[in-house]
Amino acid sequence: MRRTDPSPTATDERPVLARVPRPARLAGYALLIGFALLYALPFLVQLSTSFKTDPEAASNPLSLLPQAPTTAVFEQLTGSGDTGKDVPFLRWLSNSALVTVVVTLGRVLFDSAAGYALARLRFRGRAVLVTFVIAVMAVPPVVLLIPKFLVLNTLGIFDTYTGMIVPLLFDAAGIFIMKQFFESIPREVEEAARIDGAGVGRIFWYVVLPMSRPALITVTLLSFQGSWNEFTHFLVATQSSDYETLTTGLARFVSGGLGAGTQYPLKLGAALLSTIPVAVLFFCFQRYFIRGANAGSVK
Amino acid sequence: MSTSVTERPAPPPLPRRPGRPGRPGSRTTRGREGLWGWLFVSPMVLGLGLFMALPILMAAWVSLLNWDGQSNPFTPDADFVGLQNYQSLLAEDGLARSLLATSLRNNLYYVLLTVPLQTGLALTLAIIVNQRMLRGRSMLRTTFYFPSVTSSIAVCTVFLFLFQGSGAVNQLLSWVGVKGPNWFQDSRGVLWVLLDALGIVDGKPGGVLAEHTMMGLPFSEWLAGPSVAMCTLIVLAVWTTSGTFMLIFLAALQDIPRELEEAAALDGAGRRHILRHVLLPALRPVMFLVTTLGLIGTWQVFDQVYVLGQGEPANTTLTPAFLSYSYGFDNAEFGQGAAISFILLGIVLLMTGVQRWFLRERGARNPLAKLRKGARGAQD
Repeated sequence: MRRTDPSPTATDERPVLARVPRPARLAGYALLIGFALLYALPFLVQLSTSFKTDPEAASNPLSLLPQAPTTAVFEQLTGSGDTGKDVPFLRWLSNSALVTVVVTLGRVLFDSAAGYALARLRFRGRAVLVTFVIAVMAVPPVVLLIPKFLVLNTLGIFDTYTGMIVPLLFDAAGIFIMKQFFESIPREVEEAARIDGAGVGRIFWYVVLPMSRPALITVTLLSFQGSWNEFTHFLVATQSSDYETLTTGLARFVSGGLGAGTQYPLKLGAALLSTIPVAVLFFCFQRYFIRGANAGSVK
Repeated sequence: MSTSVTERPAPPPLPRRPGRPGRPGSRTTRGREGLWGWLFVSPMVLGLGLFMALPILMAAWVSLLNWDGQSNPFTPDADFVGLQNYQSLLAEDGLARSLLATSLRNNLYYVLLTVPLQTGLALTLAIIVNQRMLRGRSMLRTTFYFPSVTSSIAVCTVFLFLFQGSGAVNQLLSWVGVKGPNWFQDSRGVLWVLLDALGIVDGKPGGVLAEHTMMGLPFSEWLAGPSVAMCTLIVLAVWTTSGTFMLIFLAALQDIPRELEEAAALDGAGRRHILRHVLLPALRPVMFLVTTLGLIGTWQVFDQVYVLGQGEPANTTLTPAFLSYSYGFDNAEFGQGAAISFILLGIVLLMTGVQRWFLRERGARNPLAKLRKGARGAQD
């Protein structure tokens, strides 16, 4: 397997080549800081704008320090302000949280069970199933917009939590990640447990899963991020505003022609709050995200 | 049921032979393993079959219907129209065909600009972040990767604000004396804007280019390039995807044996020489992987279109994915929408096929073969 964690610690730090001459080095650093600003600036502008008033956001969109910082946006979003509740942010938040938690738990369970069976258990039809999983990964999600609506509509779960959650529970990429991981575990461990008389279920639950922490964490994080950021599925699976999530709610709010060009502090504040959970996870577990990004290339 | 293709009955558990409890490899264990195997995969088979395979079959049927989303399309009363939906999209002169042509034109330019830019930028960033002497490498890596993990809708919201007519981007441009366009309202194709600025074409070319059409769209439209509004989507795509691709390049860079670089340096090769004759040849398989992943991804652009333009201005941000959605959910012409889905599926599967075929041909699983070639190149 390729080494996926590009952390510098493992490599020898001794330089191969002489250091770059000083002027070139400084120019390089300047360029690099320019690049880094390009990537960071939009988020900084977003942060500062959510503390501005509407007129200031319009007249001075670039300044990073609000002249008269206000938390009005966040009071309005969390419902503690008195400016009406045209943005049902808390409902979006609770819908997103509910769906994400259930989907993440379900995916970890189903992905690891299916991944283990495909990696280790010998049964008829396994090879066909592996091909099936790989084929499913190749199906582009946006092609399924209308098809998914058809199935949900036919099953009578359109515009319900069931319709939002159940189709997301099955995820070919996660199964593949788990399968790859289980294949890297030495077989001897399971053999030993088997000789001690443990059955497949016990081996999986008490021997294999506890050894699989890194892969389980990766799949958990990817599932959380995936379902928290999911947009297209909720767009075609729901209709009523009761089921709006942070993504569908925000998308309808900001893309609507009526309020275009106004209320930017509110819009950016809502977007900011909706980013925080994934951002926190990302900063805490960065190396697992990196592993996940590279797992995409093993497909 | 679509799952029937893959769903075979599990072999029955074999009777236990006396005196031989389930030893590893014995037939009893095998039989029980088969049961467990199917128990473990059955949720997946059911779920993926029900929500991935079945939808495709149902949509294939609906793409042959004239269906408004109200009645049950799976009864004999359904209004079966055969290949009519495909015909009006591909062969007959009319609104459907010119909309599809416009969306294909838009997406093609989006792909042509996004893929090289994101690949090039990702490679540059990876090479920079891979420098061993660089300070703050991990912080830089985090900064470049962060846009890739955030929600596309949240990021689009930020871009809506940044690229407004009087927004932050135009304010930045005004500092260097450029008057920025009204990004989201500007439907002019950038090629004509450029040629107009150079004084070669006045506004939009007329004459031959405007008179002759392909798929109901004049050549002056086909050649116009992405609209100014589409350019914001391209910038957004490059900005959000380059971080992910940078990580893929970075992993590949760290797989290159250090001895190779050291040997080249001892032979007197300079930095530039090593980059060109050692690193880049070794990265070629990954480069191909990233390019095809980019091709597959960019043909599916949807979220950004939904938030930033919904096809506007003048249909210049319309893409096949959004057109399909809009036919179904805005116009209640689900048959037509499903037909567009299948055309898009064809395009994406073609890209995937090219990727799979090339990876097999080139032996990308064995980057060392490339390395050796690269090392030979460095000696030349």
